[in-house]
Amino acid sequence: MKHNAKTAKKALLGQSARTKIANGVIYFVLATLGILWVTPIVFLVYTSLRVTPNTGIINQLFPEDLQLGFGNFGRLFRDTQFGIWLGNTILVAVCSCALTTLFILMVSYAFSRMRFKLRKPIMNVMLVLGMFPGFMSMIAIYFILKAVGLTNSLFALILVYSGGAALSYYICKGFFDTIPRSLEEAAILDGASQWTICWRIIFPLSKPIIVYTILTSFISPWCDFIFVNVIINNTSPEKFTVALGLYKLINADKGSFNTNFTVFCAGAVIVGGIITALFLSMQKYYVEGVTGGAVK
Amino acid sequence: MRAAAFITGGTMQKENTTKKDNIFTRFIAKIKNIFLTIAHSSLATKLSCGFMGVGQIMRKQIVKGIIYALLEVLFFVFMILSGGSYIARFLFSGHLGTVGEGTYWNEDEGIYETVPGDNSFLILLYGILSLTVVIFFISLWVMNIRGSLENDRLLAEGKKVNTFKQDCSLLINKKFYIPLLVPPLIGLLVFTVLPIVFMVLIAFTNYDYQHLPPSKLFDWVGFVNFGNLFSIAEGTGFLLVFLRVLLWTFVWAFIATFTNYFLGMILALMINKKGIKLKMLWRTLFVIAIAIPQFITLLLMSKILDGDGILNKMLGTTIYWLSDTRYASLLPRVMIILVNMWIGIPYTILMCSGILMNIPQEMYEAAKLDGANAWQLFIKIVLPYMLHVTGPYLITQFVGNINNFNVIWLLTGGGPGDNILYGVGNAQSTDLLVTWLYRLTTDTNVQYNMASVIGIVIFVICASLSLVTYNKTKAAKNEEDFQ
Repeated sequence: MKHNAKTAKKALLGQSARTKIANGVIYFVLATLGILWVTPIVFLVYTSLRVTPNTGIINQLFPEDLQLGFGNFGRLFRDTQFGIWLGNTILVAVCSCALTTLFILMVSYAFSRMRFKLRKPIMNVMLVLGMFPGFMSMIAIYFILKAVGLTNSLFALILVYSGGAALSYYICKGFFDTIPRSLEEAAILDGASQWTICWRIIFPLSKPIIVYTILTSFISPWCDFIFVNVIINNTSPEKFTVALGLYKLINADKGSFNTNFTVFCAGAVIVGGIITALFLSMQKYYVEGVTGGAVK
Repeated sequence: MRAAAFITGGTMQKENTTKKDNIFTRFIAKIKNIFLTIAHSSLATKLSCGFMGVGQIMRKQIVKGIIYALLEVLFFVFMILSGGSYIARFLFSGHLGTVGEGTYWNEDEGIYETVPGDNSFLILLYGILSLTVVIFFISLWVMNIRGSLENDRLLAEGKKVNTFKQDCSLLINKKFYIPLLVPPLIGLLVFTVLPIVFMVLIAFTNYDYQHLPPSKLFDWVGFVNFGNLFSIAEGTGFLLVFLRVLLWTFVWAFIATFTNYFLGMILALMINKKGIKLKMLWRTLFVIAIAIPQFITLLLMSKILDGDGILNKMLGTTIYWLSDTRYASLLPRVMIILVNMWIGIPYTILMCSGILMNIPQEMYEAAKLDGANAWQLFIKIVLPYMLHVTGPYLITQFVGNINNFNVIWLLTGGGPGDNILYGVGNAQSTDLLVTWLYRLTTDTNVQYNMASVIGIVIFVICASLSLVTYNKTKAAKNEEDFQ
């Protein structure tokens, strides 16, 4: 009996030592990788603050005549049209976010809470449509817009971002599916119309998923540059969004990288800052949305 | 009674048919049934067949009737003014225009004259648009007749027909799905369905740099482009380039998906392990990478890793991280996957953290009592659980990586070009199918037709993968489980 207790204690000691080593290894791995993950971001912020040299020709990480300051941010707003791009992006993001969210909520509600004859066929057709690569239709969209004289306008961009939005209703519908039917049955007994049920019962209960939808659809115009590149003319920089503007800043021609790199970094920091702020303020909902969608 | 049968999709005629009837005879029977139904219907319905809305107006549904009538007038005006000619040329002539824009010799006048000519592109585009309008009109017409038959039934049963107000209140109650679905589906039609139909049709034409309207027209060529994709003929055969791009697409999608998934999961396990402190700090370190838009990270990386980029200058080396063509461009490919890990792993960590907490603790305890070590715990408990829960996610990721345009295009632009199996396709060594498609539509030698064919190939691959997942997902089958 005593012997047993002793070996158990010994095993426990051995185990705790092994746990310590394991934890040490884990700390080491996490720290190394964490630094690796943060380095590009730190580099971005650091470069945006560098005043000397304020070009893309960066030979040393810490040159002797290093000066830090906000000069690049000043150049960003003074020498480039970043202020206009920012305004354009906010306009496009707000409008397309409103339309997209509305469309997704409408489609999700109809498919989740209502039953009608064409429901399954429409859902299947939408499933198939979602499998075509977006780029395939991009060129055709450009020509359709051209035929109605809408290319090179922010309005077209809003339409393109929100026009196909209905296809990504799955996550939202999955959420609506979990709301008990008894709630709306009770409301129907009280004489509520479907509109009232939708507005007064289902939507208030779906706050996380609505916030998630708003957040993701608000962010996508900030990050997309391919559709902007196709729809907005290269020669009209006053219609760029930040993504296209920043891309052009360092990719317009061979020399533009060398002259504009630090300015680009400053712009990137501003865009990154805005998106980070959005994420942090709604992180809870975002995680719920991502995990909810993944599990389903 | 017959009217009712027509409305409910011909239940009556189903009773009469036996299993021996094939689809064709059933179809004939159905058509016959429809004609019989209309022949036996009231005068109002018959008039509605001729001119939409008349039947409704006769039944005192004035507003509804006027709307129907107006739509019919609009439709005919449209068809006469523009749509009709496009449909005629698009559907029945067999050619997409005959005369291109240019200067031609006019024999009667004895001079050269400039002719605006046809434009195959616009004929195709407006043809599809007009066809859509026709389909809309036909469904409207059927709706109109059904409504009239429904009125017949109501009157026969001694009830009153719906007033306009009642129809409207129906729209926010029983038929609330109609106002809900119509606006999004119109958006979908214009910005997704029409472009897809258009591009699919392009795959059957010779629309390339040698046939650019308005000066050079393109025309239908049938399955020639699909034949070219699978031929190895000099000058036109795409097969070797295609296989090369396809192979890399799959290799990339496989490695990118699995590295992100497993490494992200292992990191999530480490962060969530009991006894690890500063969990919040570790999570933030990784998750903060999500906040930077992908295109910024990718542009930054492409500039850092460039041949005369910042990394080389700092290290004093001349390694072409993203454009080394040796060993079948091994270095650029590895770099792409590494950068993709930097972008993708934080997402996996975010997702896994939530799911890992849901693993029942008893399972761990029981396994530990049985003397399982950490590795066995991972293999026997964590991994099966995660795969079970996130299986569909894994396949969506795989499909997403097949279509991962951003990473490739912004990092290497599909390059470097290494002259192996270039062929006519003009693909480069890190091109995926999607970037190759994009290249074909933006190149100086554009080949819209082949781009469309490749788009269809991507669709087939993604669709078959997604269908497998969709059928295996329980969520699709048991959508009412929680209601």
